[in-house]
Amino acid sequence: MRLLLRIHTLLVLLFLYLPIAVIVVLSFNQSRFGVQWRGFTTAWYEKLFNNPRIALYAENTLVVAVVSTLIATVLGTLLAVGLYRYRFRGKGLLRFLLYVPVVIPDIVMGVALLLFFAWVREATGFFRLSLFTIILGHVTFQLAYVALVVKSRLASLDPALEEAAADLGAGGFATFRYVTLPLIWPGVLAGALLAFSLSLDDFVITFFTAGPGSTTLPLYIFGSVKRGVTPEIHALSSILIAASMAGVLLGRALLRRR
Amino acid sequence: MVVPALFMLVASFLQRGPHGTLVGPPTLANYLRFFGLTEAGFDPLYLLILARSVFFALVVTLITLLLGYPLAFAIAQSRHKEALLLLVVLPFWTNFLIRIYAWIVIFQKKGVVNAFLGMLGLDPLTLYPSWFAVYTATVYTYLPFLVLPVFTAVERVDWTLHEAAQDLGAGRFRSFLHAVWPQTLPGVVAGVLLVFIPALGTFVISDLLGAGRVILIGNVIQQQFGVVRDWAFGSAAAYVLMGLVLLGLWLYARRAGEEGLDRLV
Repeated sequence: MRLLLRIHTLLVLLFLYLPIAVIVVLSFNQSRFGVQWRGFTTAWYEKLFNNPRIALYAENTLVVAVVSTLIATVLGTLLAVGLYRYRFRGKGLLRFLLYVPVVIPDIVMGVALLLFFAWVREATGFFRLSLFTIILGHVTFQLAYVALVVKSRLASLDPALEEAAADLGAGGFATFRYVTLPLIWPGVLAGALLAFSLSLDDFVITFFTAGPGSTTLPLYIFGSVKRGVTPEIHALSSILIAASMAGVLLGRALLRRR
Repeated sequence: MVVPALFMLVASFLQRGPHGTLVGPPTLANYLRFFGLTEAGFDPLYLLILARSVFFALVVTLITLLLGYPLAFAIAQSRHKEALLLLVVLPFWTNFLIRIYAWIVIFQKKGVVNAFLGMLGLDPLTLYPSWFAVYTATVYTYLPFLVLPVFTAVERVDWTLHEAAQDLGAGRFRSFLHAVWPQTLPGVVAGVLLVFIPALGTFVISDLLGAGRVILIGNVIQQQFGVVRDWAFGSAAAYVLMGLVLLGLWLYARRAGEEGLDRLV
């Protein structure tokens, strides 16, 4: 039984890493077509680095991720604290709604945002599809994730601490700034990391909210896959794989230190 | 998020105007069309696609469960728990599209599988585009979603119950079924939802690995908002999908409470 379980684990891990290994190996393959090994080369990486469009797409992706994460982290934290501290009508519904972006298929959110932006654009002339609309789209789902992560951190908080601060004369903001925030900081950080990586990885929401001139790396990869791919994509993918793995390990190390 | 959803609700009751704009008067036609009630008579095209999507998501969930449930046990009982868990999660953090694309490279006509078969002197298979490819990539994509909540549940299992069952003469299988499986059930349900719902709504995987031959409800929605440009009907289809998902989520929330919802994050 134990042996069977081990073999099963090994096979599943093989299944999980096979695609990644294939991409990384092919990115060093001289052959332009097919998967036959024709010798080691770094030519695709050189070609990639000399492609100015890739740099632009990478910049777009990062700008979207950084800006949307900042907005979502601030709003999500405030939302979670608000839900924790105050009682109001519709609170139960709002709480349920928080889980909806987490589970709803992303295509539904994508098309809803597309419609919404189109409507506002018609009415006001604003909201042309651009990096700005992508950022807004990302914030809508990141917000829920940040709020939920912070919420679970708040749940482990001793309410007596906030009460003590209030007893000692701290106002609502001072209590938040000097008592609540330092206590929930690891949760805020974890939420922000999650939001950041979700934004980097997102394709569907971006697909429906991007306009001309706001291509991100995932959109570029999708386009290339549909058109028939060049080995440059293998190189780009390998770099992204390495970067995300480094990111995860770094994030874990950071969170563990706290 | 709520505002765009309300906009879409309105749109789903409008009609497609010239140039793909949305025009009134309000109508139920989009929903009737989805459920097969057209002026020309009953046409179950979209209902069949919906049924196909539900079937697809069910099979994906089942395969994921068969692969993921034992894996979660193996990880929980391993000495290298942390490392194994990280190994399972890491691929999930690499870009979604890259992982899907990798399966094309593996399955295509001159891909990895066929190169391997060629070395063995076997005839090449046509694996791409195919349902098989779509299934494989979908299971691959959502496997970690199942493993994580099940792992958390297995970690909390009270094994003394298992021992007690065996002491009372239950066989290994029976004591597992009655003493262990029920304890892991909350994790299993959460994991099943986390796989079933995105599998039901996927359009990227079926689009890329099915290359037009595999049409799921997600593809219908995407086509209505893309090439067809019938936003009203697309909204109605999206609402049918969302309705199904929200109904499931609501039922789950009623049974499992907020604690259960937290298992989904």
